[in-house]
Amino acid sequence: MSNSEPGSHVSYLDYKGKYKGIFSWLLTTDHKKIALLYLNSIIVFFFIAAILGVLMRVELIAPGQTIMGPQTYNAMFTIHGIIMIFVIVIPALPAVFGNFFLPIMIGAKDVAFPKINLFSFYLYIIGAIFGILSQFIGGGAPDTGWTFYVPYSAQSSTNVIYALIAAFILGFSSILTGLNFIVTIHRMRAPGMGWFRMPLFPWSLYATAWIQVLATPIIGITLLMVIAERVLHIGFFDPALGGDPVLYQHLFWIYSHPAVYIMILPGMGIVTEIFPTFSQKPVFGYTAILFSSLAIAFVGYFVWGHHMYTAGISYGSRWFFSFLTFVVAIPSAIKVFNWISTMYGGSIDLKPPLLYAISFIFLFMIGGFTGLTLGALATNVQLHDTSFVVAHFHYIIFGGMGFAFFAGIHYWYPKMFGRMYSNRLANIAWGILFTGFNLLYFPLFIIGIQGMPRRYFDYLPQFHTGHFISTIGAFILFTGLVLMVSNLYYHLNHGEIAPANPWKGVTLEWQIPSPPSHENFDVIPQITGNPYVFENKSQNNQN
Amino acid sequence: MVTPEAYNEHYENETGKLGMWIFLFTELFLFGGLFLVYAVFRTKYSADFHIAARELNAFIGTMNTVFLLVSSMTVAMSITAIQKNQKKLAMFLVLVTLLLAALFMMNKYFEWAHKFEFKLYPGSQVLKNLPQGELLFFGLYFMMTGLHALHVLIGMILLSINFIKIKTGKVNQVHYLLLENSGLYWHLVDLIWIFLFPLLYLIT
Amino acid sequence: MKNEETHITSYSSHAIVLIILLILTTISVSVTGWHFGPFSVLVALIIASIKVRTVITHFMHMKFENLFMKLMITGVFTLFALVIIITFIDYYFR
Repeated sequence: MSNSEPGSHVSYLDYKGKYKGIFSWLLTTDHKKIALLYLNSIIVFFFIAAILGVLMRVELIAPGQTIMGPQTYNAMFTIHGIIMIFVIVIPALPAVFGNFFLPIMIGAKDVAFPKINLFSFYLYIIGAIFGILSQFIGGGAPDTGWTFYVPYSAQSSTNVIYALIAAFILGFSSILTGLNFIVTIHRMRAPGMGWFRMPLFPWSLYATAWIQVLATPIIGITLLMVIAERVLHIGFFDPALGGDPVLYQHLFWIYSHPAVYIMILPGMGIVTEIFPTFSQKPVFGYTAILFSSLAIAFVGYFVWGHHMYTAGISYGSRWFFSFLTFVVAIPSAIKVFNWISTMYGGSIDLKPPLLYAISFIFLFMIGGFTGLTLGALATNVQLHDTSFVVAHFHYIIFGGMGFAFFAGIHYWYPKMFGRMYSNRLANIAWGILFTGFNLLYFPLFIIGIQGMPRRYFDYLPQFHTGHFISTIGAFILFTGLVLMVSNLYYHLNHGEIAPANPWKGVTLEWQIPSPPSHENFDVIPQITGNPYVFENKSQNNQN
Repeated sequence: MVTPEAYNEHYENETGKLGMWIFLFTELFLFGGLFLVYAVFRTKYSADFHIAARELNAFIGTMNTVFLLVSSMTVAMSITAIQKNQKKLAMFLVLVTLLLAALFMMNKYFEWAHKFEFKLYPGSQVLKNLPQGELLFFGLYFMMTGLHALHVLIGMILLSINFIKIKTGKVNQVHYLLLENSGLYWHLVDLIWIFLFPLLYLIT
Repeated sequence: MKNEETHITSYSSHAIVLIILLILTTISVSVTGWHFGPFSVLVALIIASIKVRTVITHFMHMKFENLFMKLMITGVFTLFALVIIITFIDYYFR
């Protein structure tokens, strides 16, 4: 196929277009370059937020003040959360891997609206800048937590408005990315690629994009309402004026719960691509995974109240939300079953992408099970607002989405950059990361059950051991992160030149050169069969 | 999916239109949050809402509704005109749409100015002295009509751009996606008002 | 995918739709004085919904779009309605 003739193509990184030098990046509309713009920004912001996290852990290494006072601690967990949620975890997978690989995996030359794609990136940067500004201007860094609960967010003298504006603009960026992806998937699939011949990572992006488009506006308007509360005393959430603070929580979580599915669905999509490749076997249960993604996206709209069981909502609604929270766990469980079944009987090649993908399952399941503990009404009373919750969401977001991101970068690195990294270093980094991660977060489950509250700057002596271990874990984790990223950065210029298909994958991105050319395909491919067909004869029974 | 032979102007137009529709969905959910707040407080303070709504002039509200409904027709007709290559008629219809929008905004200005005159605005002492339900009604009134008016302004800008582009021939019988999408946006502005009008002005 | 003929809505069709909308508006204003009690919101919303549906199907051309577009718009409104209803499971039963 002419698409993978060596030496006959110019890498997208070397492509000479309308603009020269730095402007070939700043004004690019190439989805691959936009993906790299996002990737580099995300790495920078991630390390900033991670360092803030480490500093928080240093403060918590012992009871009493260690390196910062309570106001600073509150500001730290606020900005750590704002950056991690709105600048890293929500955008990252769609903006980096979605942007880079969605068009390629469906056989397109770019997304439907390339200029809007670039605009999304600039909105992202402007939003992040507002977030940074909130730390340094006038009233001081916001101390409300990333959840901006009223009444405090309406009253705090800190720069809440800048943070709200940041989240609003970042939300708009997310909406436009989702819009772009929906239209791209609908209108730009290659000839012969019917809906049920599309690979599962694009499917996960499709489900995610609908959430981005339909849920994000609600937090947009909610943030505007908080600004109206602060500036105009509009009263919606102020009991003194007849308003209801719990109404804010409803509005906030109507977005922020579906938001966690924006975070995890593409991650699940990535590991769904990795398992067949490194088992050299088709995905087990293509249809089940597909409909599970859609089911998670849909049911995920109706569980938001499980963040509010102790806020004063009615018994009926508590019952309703708890029931649906258990229902929404089912499709995720189906996927876990299918991933493991994909590997079963396969020709397993334990390269770094698979290692990260397998640990993704492990960490995601811990996060998922503890989510059920929190989703049950009775146990929630004990666990709400304790560090059990902190451990739960770090397992599911960092252990889930984060490790899926690491899996994705290790999987697609040869394709994106045309180089191979060191497998040995990647594996060592993984070992350090995985150890550090569990040391950091697992103790938080235990002390949470024992009564350690979250967002507390100080604590009772009985929680000291758990916190101490956790802080050690933080340092180990950070070391692992640095090693992992260094391995990847170093080999950008020193790694072995990557072949077109180092992992023997079968989806479209592996049929084009590494790195791809500017327009991805010399000839738009004609799709004639299912996406996961491997050459070993007996493995190809697609259900 | 797309076959190479079918990938043409029409295909790109349909793609652009799909993008616009999805954007409209986001706008629906944006206003939706405010409608949710309205629903909650109307249920809680139905008597207060009824009393506060009497401050609004249903006649002006009805006039504004008529303006927007007619303007929806004129913008829809302008698309028919451009499809039939009736350039001057298309320009005229877009202009009428703009005029009706301007009349709407003028009414809005007078309505708000009248309220401000009586110190009825969020954060004022007068409002604080009202019963809570009435205070919340006015908060919703200003935020919902304010956000709506902002969208009317954006719509007017889009329509003006279309007027110029029709004049210069950039928007024409073959290439009229901009007009079609601006029309869709304008209809959304109308749709939101269709819901706002009875909920704010016609409370029995 | 075939090259579809673009459907052009006639001027008279648009005008008729406007007249229908104006009639519905008149009805909406007229029934303001009637006493529906707790159902007054419902009546207002029903009439508004008919108007909205008319604008969407005719002015916004949804009547002539493909099934998927129709499913999308129905789905979006349904989702929004569900969110409101579920919120009211809290408020109604407090």
